[in-house]
Amino acid sequence: MGGFHSVPQDHRYRDFADKTGFSLEQIGNLHNRFKQLSHNEDTLRKDDLNKIPDLACNPIRAQIIEAFFDKRNFQSHGGGTVEEIGFEEFLTVMSYFRPPSLNMTEEQREELRRVKLRFLFNMHDTDNDGTITLEEYRHVVEELLSRSGALCRETAKGIADAAMLEVASISMGHMEPDEFYEGITFEHFLTILKGIEIESRMHIRFLNVDTTVLCK
Amino acid sequence: MTSVSSMVDPVIFKTTLNSLWTKASAKSITITVPRTRLETKVFELDHRVTSVFPESGLLIFIGFVLGGIVWGANNVQTFTLTPTVFFFYLLPQIILDTGYFMPNKLFFSNLGAILIYAVIGTCWNAAAVGISMWGCYLGGAMGDLNIGLLQFLLYGSLLSAVDPVAVIAVFEEVHVNEVLFILVFGESLLNDGVTVVLYNVCDAFVSLGAANIDAVQIIRGIISFFVVAFGGALVGVVFAILLSLLTRYTKNIQIIEAGFIFVLGYLSYLTAEMLSLSAILSITFCGVCCQKYINANMDERSVITVRYVMKVFANGSETMIFVFLGITAIDKAIWVWNTGFILLTIFFILVYRVMGVFFLTWILNKYRLVPISLIDQVVMSYGGLRGAVAYGLAVMLNEKKIPEKNLMISTTLIVIYFTVILQGITMKPLVQWLKVKRAEHSDLKLVEKVNNRAFEHLLCAVEDICGQIGDNWWTRGWNRFEEKYISWLLMKPKSRKTRDYLFGIFHKLNLEDAMNYVSEGERRGSLAFLRGNDDAQVDFKKKFGKDIEDVMPDIMVDTEHVPMSSILQDTIPSVSLDLHEQDSQGKMEGDAHNLLQQHLYRSRKQHHHKYSRSNFSINQNEDEVQEIFQRTMRSRLESFKSAKMGVAPGKIITKHPQKERQQKMANGNPTNRSKSHPYGDEDFEFSVSEGDSASGGEGATAGGYSFRLPPYTVGAGIENPAFMPEMDTPHPMRPPPWRSEPEMDVTVAPSQRAQRRLPWTPSQIHRLVPLRVSTRSEDSFVMADVLSPEEEPKDPPPGQDGSRM
Repeated sequence: MGGFHSVPQDHRYRDFADKTGFSLEQIGNLHNRFKQLSHNEDTLRKDDLNKIPDLACNPIRAQIIEAFFDKRNFQSHGGGTVEEIGFEEFLTVMSYFRPPSLNMTEEQREELRRVKLRFLFNMHDTDNDGTITLEEYRHVVEELLSRSGALCRETAKGIADAAMLEVASISMGHMEPDEFYEGITFEHFLTILKGIEIESRMHIRFLNVDTTVLCK
Repeated sequence: MTSVSSMVDPVIFKTTLNSLWTKASAKSITITVPRTRLETKVFELDHRVTSVFPESGLLIFIGFVLGGIVWGANNVQTFTLTPTVFFFYLLPQIILDTGYFMPNKLFFSNLGAILIYAVIGTCWNAAAVGISMWGCYLGGAMGDLNIGLLQFLLYGSLLSAVDPVAVIAVFEEVHVNEVLFILVFGESLLNDGVTVVLYNVCDAFVSLGAANIDAVQIIRGIISFFVVAFGGALVGVVFAILLSLLTRYTKNIQIIEAGFIFVLGYLSYLTAEMLSLSAILSITFCGVCCQKYINANMDERSVITVRYVMKVFANGSETMIFVFLGITAIDKAIWVWNTGFILLTIFFILVYRVMGVFFLTWILNKYRLVPISLIDQVVMSYGGLRGAVAYGLAVMLNEKKIPEKNLMISTTLIVIYFTVILQGITMKPLVQWLKVKRAEHSDLKLVEKVNNRAFEHLLCAVEDICGQIGDNWWTRGWNRFEEKYISWLLMKPKSRKTRDYLFGIFHKLNLEDAMNYVSEGERRGSLAFLRGNDDAQVDFKKKFGKDIEDVMPDIMVDTEHVPMSSILQDTIPSVSLDLHEQDSQGKMEGDAHNLLQQHLYRSRKQHHHKYSRSNFSINQNEDEVQEIFQRTMRSRLESFKSAKMGVAPGKIITKHPQKERQQKMANGNPTNRSKSHPYGDEDFEFSVSEGDSASGGEGATAGGYSFRLPPYTVGAGIENPAFMPEMDTPHPMRPPPWRSEPEMDVTVAPSQRAQRRLPWTPSQIHRLVPLRVSTRSEDSFVMADVLSPEEEPKDPPPGQDGSRM
């Protein structure tokens, strides 16, 4: 384990803990994992993530990896992607998957929901124009369904279109014939997906990180 | 329950039905069933009653009445709910029904919690109730009874089980959220394993006598639990596999494949019973495991049949069980009233249930992703209803070993009435008062489902990145295994291809669209798409096929291939896009793709009536369906795109395609078409052959329709043939029946409806004849199409409801 561990590390951990809400132990675990993935370097590259074998069979792998390198998810005000990320950014992205703590107020939950949905939204909206256009959505759906084999691209496209139309009809209601549905804005996205309780569903347990199992 | 009681009542249900008229008492059973049905109907009609008073409670009261009648007639209760009748004739179908309709994903994801409640909770209930009662007995609260600790334990064990029938009966009125429901309900199903074991173990102990019990026996008891429970489940799974394999090969005998479910399901029940394993677990797991494969393998109609028949059986059985529970109460012979015993029983049952649930939930919540809220826990403890299973077990007690059998029976009955009636009545107000989260009734929209899917993948991926083995890892691993091996074995290859659930959702969406469209059209006083004058005849022919082929070779099915054109043929009547200007312009979007969805829907549902009992062929040309699907989707896209492109180029669009049309018209009379709307062309064509004036067909639609048409450019890549009727040449042989009528007054709504119906009047039949004489085998579609708009609304509901069940 490289040479940049010592007292400052704890200090940094505490910073991270404050910022992201993880516990010190969780941060330690994640840091180990980070080092494993990045082969003990300070920064993580896309290739490193690409190399995870389990991830290979995930149909939307590319987008997920992109999400890690997307500046919008770093809670700084910027767009675009970076080539490599440090541990801090890694942690920030991971913090989107934290469970809600039991004693959250309704507002906090709402905020958490927004944040998580924003993450999802960013995943879809690759060109960062604030709306998920038909093309982008199609892309996502095609990726999702590409592995099922039975559905050819046309069908996937069709499903994406249908979904898009559905969103249009829900969000815009009765559309005049000359209206043009630009794409799904974040507000629409929120409305549509408020049915699923994302703040409780979108999380994973960070406690039992077993780094020895998956040394890949 | 593992041994058939030797106390077989002479009046067994089935034989009674046979020896119907020989006994006076037998008559009442024939009256019972139909009357019960009638009463149930009457009560169902009055929703106000059933929303307050659970149906099961009402049925028990009916049972009281009937029992009173029989008692009055005979002075002895000749009708009782015997264990045989109950456990072999009334219970299995209910359990099969619940297993078959079990929401698998929910069930398995909560399986840990369910098992904990079922096993530990039930054991705790049994032990606690038994021991406390014994303690109270020793304390003298019950007076003088000939009873010992072991018998109390036995009594406790038979009362410990939460009853699935009662749970369904009460909770169905209440509609709590699904997690809560599945916890209570799953527990009620799975605790049968425990109950059976406990009951038998205690029974054996009672037989042995207290002196002979030692550690060996106890260990045997524990082992027998595992054997019984897992053995039962295994038997169920084996039968599920058998069943799925069977349905995989029943393509040619679709008529009877629905019956296999019932036969094999019941067989699994009997087999487990025969092997002294838990029969309820067996039939539950049979239903749970086979549902996916059966639904994939069997023909749609068989699936619907199975659903309905199962519901009928289950409801019938449930009704009868409750009525019988009422009847058997009116029997002086069994009543032994011991106030202390009864009150203490009820008290302990409630208290220990609450304690058990809260304690176990507290433990579980440490490990659950989504903790069970306090309110849910309250409902869960209140929902620990006892029912007929307890009664059946009580009746099976051996009098010689357990002298206080009647006391136990009476008390069990009282407990059952208490839980079903009292708790049933108060459940709904309690749920409302506590503001329990209710079930959501809306189907997820397509976009939500897509997002769910993306979401799951996302979670898996993040887990991978974290290097963590989480829940998702197991689910994913199982899914992969299941996809590769199990589905390969048990599912028809064809079904495997199309079972992607998004496809299924999409299909459902189409069905809904089609239905909405039709009902919308009917609501507005006419089947809009059948209006003659505004017909936008969309005659898809080979011509169309060729065009498409140019444009999109990769997706085109072989256009020379008959199915393709058959689709085109049969869409003639359906795609008479009525684009009356007054028809909502804004609604145009919906109309178009609704209409187009009808293609998809329709072509799947077409079938040839061959009037053969065994041959029930249905058009299953997959390519055809796929093609429609794609075209439909393209059409949807077009409407989307057209909205995007704006409305402005309205006029231009009309002309543009028209010109194109003219160039492409195989049978062209360009001059005729110069002014008229493209659709008028077809009309003209048709009318030529029929000698009717086609004037009505031309014109008017142009305005209403045109603005929507996207410019027809070859190579645009997103041709929407379904959407651009003008591309299609008319088929000379094919006047739609209504078109062949003399042009009626199109502004009069009723006439259009009449028009729609006209084809079937005898005078018009001859017009239909040519339709049938075509060389293409799918011509019958055309006729069927005319009929199907009427039929469709009837048809989809079963399918839809069925698929929603």
